[in-house]
Amino acid sequence: MTTAQRVVVDPITRIEGHLRIEAETDASGKITRAYSAGTMVRGIEIILRGRDPRDAWAFAQRICGVCTLVHGIASVRSVEDALHRAIPTYSIPQNAELIRNLMIAAQFVHDHVMHFYHLHALDWVDVVSALKADPKATSALAQSLSSYPRSSPGYFADVQKKVKTFVEQGQLGIFSNAYWGPPAYKLPPEANLMAVAHYLDALAWQREVVKLHAIFGGKNPHPNFVVGGVPSAISIQSGGGHGKGPHYRGGQSATALNMAGLQTIQNVIKQMRDFVDQVYVPDTLAIAGFYKDWGARGEGLGNFLSFGDLPSKGFWEPDSYLIPRGVILNRDLSKIHPIDLDADTEIQEFVSHSWYKYSQGDGQGLHPFKGETELNYTGPKPPYEHLDVDKKYSWLKSPRWQGKSMEVGPLARVLMLYASGNAQAKELVNYTLKTLNVPVDALFSTLGRTAARTLESKILADAMQGWYDQLIANIKAGELRTFNDQYWDPSTWPRHMQGVGLMEAPRGGLSHWIVIDDARISNYQAVVPSTWNAGPRDTQGQPGAYEAALQDNHVMHDPKQPIEILRTIHSFDPCIACAVHVTDPDGEELVQVKIK
Amino acid sequence: MQGPLIDTLARQGITRRTFLKYCATLASMMALPPSAGLAMAEAIAAVRRPSVIWLPFQECTGCTESITRSHSPTLEGMIFDMISLDYQETLMAAAGFQAEEALHNAMKDNMGKYLLIVDGSIPLGLDGAYSCIGGRSNLEILKEAAEGAAAIIAMGSCASFGGIPKANPNPTGAVSVSDIIKNKPIVNIPGCPPIPAVITGVLAHYLTFGTLPELDDKKRPKAFYGETIHDRCYRRPFYDQGKFAKTFDDEGARRGWCLFELGCKGPVTYNACATEKWNGGTSWPVESGHGCLGCSEPDFWDAGGFYKALSMPADPLKIASAASVAGAAAGVAISVANRAKKGAARSAHETTGLADLEK
Repeated sequence: MTTAQRVVVDPITRIEGHLRIEAETDASGKITRAYSAGTMVRGIEIILRGRDPRDAWAFAQRICGVCTLVHGIASVRSVEDALHRAIPTYSIPQNAELIRNLMIAAQFVHDHVMHFYHLHALDWVDVVSALKADPKATSALAQSLSSYPRSSPGYFADVQKKVKTFVEQGQLGIFSNAYWGPPAYKLPPEANLMAVAHYLDALAWQREVVKLHAIFGGKNPHPNFVVGGVPSAISIQSGGGHGKGPHYRGGQSATALNMAGLQTIQNVIKQMRDFVDQVYVPDTLAIAGFYKDWGARGEGLGNFLSFGDLPSKGFWEPDSYLIPRGVILNRDLSKIHPIDLDADTEIQEFVSHSWYKYSQGDGQGLHPFKGETELNYTGPKPPYEHLDVDKKYSWLKSPRWQGKSMEVGPLARVLMLYASGNAQAKELVNYTLKTLNVPVDALFSTLGRTAARTLESKILADAMQGWYDQLIANIKAGELRTFNDQYWDPSTWPRHMQGVGLMEAPRGGLSHWIVIDDARISNYQAVVPSTWNAGPRDTQGQPGAYEAALQDNHVMHDPKQPIEILRTIHSFDPCIACAVHVTDPDGEELVQVKIK
Repeated sequence: MQGPLIDTLARQGITRRTFLKYCATLASMMALPPSAGLAMAEAIAAVRRPSVIWLPFQECTGCTESITRSHSPTLEGMIFDMISLDYQETLMAAAGFQAEEALHNAMKDNMGKYLLIVDGSIPLGLDGAYSCIGGRSNLEILKEAAEGAAAIIAMGSCASFGGIPKANPNPTGAVSVSDIIKNKPIVNIPGCPPIPAVITGVLAHYLTFGTLPELDDKKRPKAFYGETIHDRCYRRPFYDQGKFAKTFDDEGARRGWCLFELGCKGPVTYNACATEKWNGGTSWPVESGHGCLGCSEPDFWDAGGFYKALSMPADPLKIASAASVAGAAAGVAISVANRAKKGAARSAHETTGLADLEK
C-alpha cells in the first residue's frame, strides 16, 4: 500500500447488532483515526414512557437477546431502587438475590464461552488449516493442556472428517469468504483442529447450561423476572397438589423449581465449572501463546469503570458485592476512585457526534436522571458510502465519567478485582502472565481484554457453588420466600420516585435510570456497556474505547482483509442493538434509552 | 435410503434408525401423515443443501440465540447436514465487504431457490436511516433479497408483526415483512423469541416438500399455533377449580395454581410453549411461575399490562362460587373435547411410527 486511505468495515459480523467501523490509515497501513458508528435505532424508551413500571423489564430486556437477562434485571432493580429510596425498609428476599446471582453468573459464563468460540475464535483460528492436522498429534496436544475427556485421536479424526466432507461439498455457508491463511493466522494445524472441535463442543454445552435460566425464568433467551423478587416459587412438596389430569404435560411438582429442578441447577454449575476449567481456560492460554504481539496493541483509554455486582448482603450494600464498584484512571491500580451516582458532574452523556439534539445546546453533558433526547438524524441519506465523521456519525451517545472516556467490561472488572486485592483474581492474573511470559503491560491490550473475559468466567463459575449451597441451606431451614409483595400494588407508591438499576453485564457496567410519577414511567434511560465502549467522540474530541483501541498500534497487513480491526473490536464483544434515544412526537419531555 | 448424509451420520455414530426416528417425530409433531416422515428423511439427506439467507433488521439477536438452543436437530447438525447457511451476520466468519459479497454470491447462485429468513422489523421512517447495513436501508436490502427468494420466513414477533419497535407509538415507523413483501410465500414464526423446535420444524417441512406448512389467517403454521397456551396448560385443572395464585410466592404459587389473576395471557395466546416447552423440555414460563406474556400475538406489547388479569369479575367475592360452578361445567366440556383431541393426536402419532418408515 502506498497511500493513505479509508477502510470501511460494515457490517461488523459476529457481534450483536449493527456496527460500522471507518478507519483512516497512513501510507504504512497504520490506523491513524478510527470511527465507531451504531447504525440501528428502535426507540424502546418512548415506547416505555407512560407504562406500568412493573412491565418495564420485559420491554427493556428486548434491548438485547444475547446478554438476554441483564436488561431485565437492571430494570427491576431500577424500580426496586426507586421504592427503596422512598421507603428505606423495602428490600427483596435473600433467596431472590441468590437466584438472581446464579442467573447473572450463568449468563456471564454462557455468554463469554459463546463469545470466545462462536464470535471471536474465527479471528484467530483457521478452520481450513484444521484439515491438515494430524489427529494423533492433536490428541497429544489436547492431553498436554487439559484433562478434558474428549481428546482421543479418534475424536479429533471424526471432527476432521466432518469438516473435510463439509468443505469438499463446496458449500461453505457461514465459513465462506473469510480471511484465512497466513500471514494473519498463526496457529499450527493441530491447534486449529482442537479449537474447531471445541467450537462444536461449546455449541452443545451452551444448550445444556441455559437450563438454569429455564428453571428460574421459564425460558432462554428472554427469561422472566418480576419487581420485588423472582417469579419462580419454590415447590418442595412432592406432587405439588395437582394430579395427572387431561392437561398434565410432565414435571413432578407444581413449579419447575422443585427438587429435580434444583438438581439440574447443581448439574449445570458443575458443567459450567468443568468446561471453563478443562476447555475455555486452557484454550485461551494456548491460543494466546501464538498471538503475544496482540498483548502490545489495542489498549486505548487506560481508564476503567465498574458499577460492581453480585451482592452477598443485597443490592443496597455495594460493599458486599463480589465485583467491586469504582473507577481506575491511567492504569493506576493503586487507587480505586469512588463513583457518585447522583452527582450531576459525574456520569454524563454527550451528543456532539451523535444524531441527537439537546435543548440547551449539543456541547453540554447531561446526567441520566436529567437526560433528554431528541432524534436528529443529520447523516447521509441511504444508500451511502461514507459517514461525515467530522460531524455527527452514530446513533450512540458518548457517556463520560467526570468528563473522561471509560472502558467497561471484563478487563475493567478483573483489574478492579485485582486492585481491590481479590486473592483468586490476583492468582489467576499472575498465573496467566507467567504462563504466557508477558509483562504486566500486556493486560492493557486486545489480548488482555480477551484473557480477562476467560479469567472472570472462572471466578464467577466457582462463585456459583456458594450461592447454590446457600439457597439449599435456606430451603432446608424452611425459608422459601422469593418475592416481596409489599408495595407490589402501584396505588401504594409515593407519587414521585426515581431510582437506578445498576449491574455488571457481560460486556460491562449497565445502568437503567427510571423516573416514576403517579405509578407511571415518566422518564426511562439506559446507559449501557456498549455505549461506553462503542460510543463516538465527545465534545472535546475524546474518542470512545473502540476508537481509541483501534488507534493504538494497528498496522493492517491488507486493508481489503481488515482482520486487525475485527480482532480488537471483537475483543470488546460488541452488543450494538444499541443506542436508542428517542423523543416523543411533539418533542417535549424527552426520554431515552440506549441499547446494549 | 442412502446418501452422503446417511454416511456422515453413520460416521458420527448416528444410526439410520435414529435419523428416521427424528424425522418421524418431526412429522408427528406437525400432525403430518406417516409417509411424510420418510419424505422428510429423503429430502434432508439430499446431496446439495438448500441455500438459506438470514437477514437481521431491527432485532435484538434473541431469535438467532434461540436457534442455537435447538436440541433436535442442533444448529451444527443443520449447518453441516441440512442447509447451507450462506449469510448469517451473528455466526459468519466474513465481515464487511466480504460479507456483502457472500450475500450477493448466494443470491446470484441460488436465484429463485433460496429460503430467506428475516428477523427484526423494518423501519420506514427517515428513508430507512433508522437501520442500515453497509450504508443501505433495511427496506432496500429486504426488497432486493425477497426478489430471488423461493419463500420467506419471518422469524420472531418483530419480523412477523412488527414486534417491540412497532409498540405504541412506533417511533421509527417499524413494519413487518408481510407489510412490505406481497408477492412471495411468507410464513410467520412469532414468539419473542420463537421456540427452537418450531423454527426447525418449519425448516424441515420446507426442505422436505418445498412448500410452507399449512398456515392460519396470521400466516402461522397451524401445527404449532393451532391451540392456545391455556388449552394445553398443565395448570388448567386449577383454573377449572377456581384456584388461583394471588402473589408470586404464596401457597397457591408454590402448589402451581393458575396464574390467571397475576395476568397470564395464556387464554388468548396461540403458541406451543405448553407442549414443546423450552430448552430441551426443561420448563416454560408458566411452569416457572410467571404468567404468559402473550409474546407470539400481534401487538402484545400494547395489550394492557403484563400483570393485569384478562377480565376481572365485577365482584371478587363471587369469583370462587361463580368460578366453581361455571368452571365445573366448562371444565367438563373442555376436558371431554381435549380428551377427544388427544385421542386423535395419539392415534395419529402411533400411525406415524418408526415401523412405517422402515418398511
